[in-house]
Amino acid sequence: MNATSSPRIVVVGAGPAGLRAVATLAEAGLKPTLIDEARRPGGQIYRQPPAGADRPAEALYGFEAGKARALHGLLDRLGAAVDHRPETLVWNLFDASLDLLGPNGFETVGFDRLVLATGAMDRILPFPGWTLPGVYTLGAAQIALKAQGVAIGRRVALVGAGPLLPLVVHQYLKAGAEVVAALDVTPLGPKIRNIFGLLAEPATVAKGVWYTLRNLLAGRPIRSSVRAIRVEGDGRVEALAWTDAAGREHRIACDAVGASFGLRSEAQLADLAGCRFGFDAVTRQWIPVHSAAGRSSRADVYLAGDGAGIGGADAAELQGERAALALVEDLGRPVDGGRVADLERALARQRRFRAALEAAYPFPTHIAAAIGDDEIVCRCEGITAGTLRRTAIDRDVAEMNRLKALTRCGMGRCQGRVCGQAAAEVLAAARGVEVEAVGRLRGNPPIKPIAVKEALR
Amino acid sequence: MSERIEVDVAIAGGGTAALAAAVALKRAGLSVAVIEKRVCGAGASGVNFGGVRRQGRELVELPLANRSRLLWEGLNEFLGEDVEFDVSGHIKLARSDADMAELERYAEAARAYGLDLTLLGANAVHAELPWLGEKVVGASLSPTDGQANPRVVGPAFARLARRVGVIVREHTTVVSATTTGHGFEIEASGGLTVTSRYLINASGAGSNLLAEAFGEPVPLTPLTPNMLVTEPLPYFVSRSIGVCGGDVYVRQIRRGNVIFGGGKGWFDADHTFARPVSEQSIDGMIRTLQLVPGLAEARVIRTWSGVDGQMPDHIPVIGSSSTTPGLFHAFGFSGHGFQLGPVIGIILSELVLDGRTESPIEPFSITRFVGDAGEAPRFAGVTGESAEPPAHVEH
Repeated sequence: MNATSSPRIVVVGAGPAGLRAVATLAEAGLKPTLIDEARRPGGQIYRQPPAGADRPAEALYGFEAGKARALHGLLDRLGAAVDHRPETLVWNLFDASLDLLGPNGFETVGFDRLVLATGAMDRILPFPGWTLPGVYTLGAAQIALKAQGVAIGRRVALVGAGPLLPLVVHQYLKAGAEVVAALDVTPLGPKIRNIFGLLAEPATVAKGVWYTLRNLLAGRPIRSSVRAIRVEGDGRVEALAWTDAAGREHRIACDAVGASFGLRSEAQLADLAGCRFGFDAVTRQWIPVHSAAGRSSRADVYLAGDGAGIGGADAAELQGERAALALVEDLGRPVDGGRVADLERALARQRRFRAALEAAYPFPTHIAAAIGDDEIVCRCEGITAGTLRRTAIDRDVAEMNRLKALTRCGMGRCQGRVCGQAAAEVLAAARGVEVEAVGRLRGNPPIKPIAVKEALR
Repeated sequence: MSERIEVDVAIAGGGTAALAAAVALKRAGLSVAVIEKRVCGAGASGVNFGGVRRQGRELVELPLANRSRLLWEGLNEFLGEDVEFDVSGHIKLARSDADMAELERYAEAARAYGLDLTLLGANAVHAELPWLGEKVVGASLSPTDGQANPRVVGPAFARLARRVGVIVREHTTVVSATTTGHGFEIEASGGLTVTSRYLINASGAGSNLLAEAFGEPVPLTPLTPNMLVTEPLPYFVSRSIGVCGGDVYVRQIRRGNVIFGGGKGWFDADHTFARPVSEQSIDGMIRTLQLVPGLAEARVIRTWSGVDGQMPDHIPVIGSSSTTPGLFHAFGFSGHGFQLGPVIGIILSELVLDGRTESPIEPFSITRFVGDAGEAPRFAGVTGESAEPPAHVEH
């Protein structure tokens, strides 16, 4: 860092964590650069419609309208204190610089301190029919509603394994969509057993109960403990079939399905930064390790929000602020100790809540175990579970990167973002080992595809 | 934890050449142990561009490349796996009249080594390959060259080696190697000691360490090609492409992905890990679009690099040690060892078993970097038969 100039601070991601981080940094007199892929701030959870297609925050975000409005207004309030770089992809991180692709083409930006607030995406597990046109993730179903004001279909079936499910069901019903089925592949029991832990965040539980009651009143109770699902159709979604807790078969006609199984951290930049990763046994995924204050294993890189382990939007805001304060402190500048203590207490409560929530929505091992040999796991490359299993045994593959090299699984457009976790489950089961023993796919730039012609600009 | 292994041949390195040698030696009745610091085929063998070409090589390499080309023909059967060898031909493009003159000179010289190249003028090359960019003014086509999948070849050799009974130790680093009365003692990580009659140094970019340990320091430097791959596109790049100057290369695999490269990546202090460098990737995109403008809309989905060892004269070190009987070297392939890998294994096995090889390997002697090599003790009986006159043509 050049002592005579102010430190170059970059925040990646303009969701709740990134926005709180830049606000905190700006309040400390720093001038952070905020880089985000979207045109308007908010992240996925508080995604805004395109300019000109605005709708009331209450309609878009329900109970969270106030939080959404506050975050959306932050950058306007901060003005020139933040260098906001929308519609810009950070496609590589090397040493202490970021490679960007934005409205003006390629650019490289150096940093002295970096906050990664890169968010999460749906976790995907293959099931029969999952690649049929008309099958979306729950997150995508939500984005269609928030950003475009459209539902994914006329008769929609929704399937999930996490707290996103009751929310999306509620949002779809409220938007006037016909939700023909709402299926939870996790059992009801753990939700009841973990009620005390969940009450660490009573307001959030109240909202969950509210959604559940509203869904019930609307005639769409969520059916728990669903054992198996199958999407049927000739060339596109025509029906969803499922096996209930008692083993009975059901089938309902629909023209769209939203299905995903929890969330996964988008941690590619932390990976390229060389941050140390650890396996989180509860959510069954590798996440970049960090202290409660958001310090990563690399002194100049801080982590906040769902990109560093799934915690939800409220935790993300707290983490964004806490990580920014850690950064300010590490620069040798004063921070408000009382505020730090408040944040840490709130974050501790969030962690208790999250532990109970994860216990209430355990990873659906039965869905992962039931992936059929003919099922495509890697849709970019068209690689089936059977190919992965055969390769694991016949070619003695015990590790994800070797599996990728030999089968091309995870080598396509998504670079394993979609298929990586499912492939790890398949590989681990085929080898008879714990999923963490097969490791994780190493990241390579670009973290998302970039057109060759961009080089000519 | 300590373990001792006693074998006839110890091989440092688990790349294609090392493993091919291991298979040949084991099948000849010797016991063999391979020591690989990462996993087999993870180094230059596994992450290179995938060109299986003879065109453009230093002429002294052509006898070896010719012999290796025969092995490639039967490699699927030999390995029991499909290595995606595709005889697409290799076309070397001229972007100036000077380039074309160079291609003409090379074609003339290569003919003496049995490599037949077809020269194409501007009209002919654009007629045959209408997707080429305007910058191309001519080309030299080698119809019998092609491409293969490097990610598959190295691991396939490793599995064959294990099947035939070679001891393969991965994630194991050679810590030291010394001579004993009867051969070598190699200390490796994890408490492993290997004693052997023969030692083969085929440890890629790290080979200078062993060479130096036996008094043969060599100017081996890391070479880290910067490479990119696109999403699958309809197949149209029907030839593997190189250029005079070597600053860009392109190939498309039958399933659609276009692989291209140019420039150099970054490498770490241990010369073990490499990473692509963004400016190099962007420059590679620009140069590639000049050759194949039809790739403009294609999306790059991954970039990568890997570490190979490079010699100052861009040809490898192959052959017996000049200081230590029983020690053999094969390294420094300078970015074009993939095609040679299978034959290098055969040559190494011949050197160990017979003390000689039918391939002309004098130009690759380590002594070319050792000032007093002429006085150094030499392992008896190692000579190469020279079928062709030694020659060296810059291209």
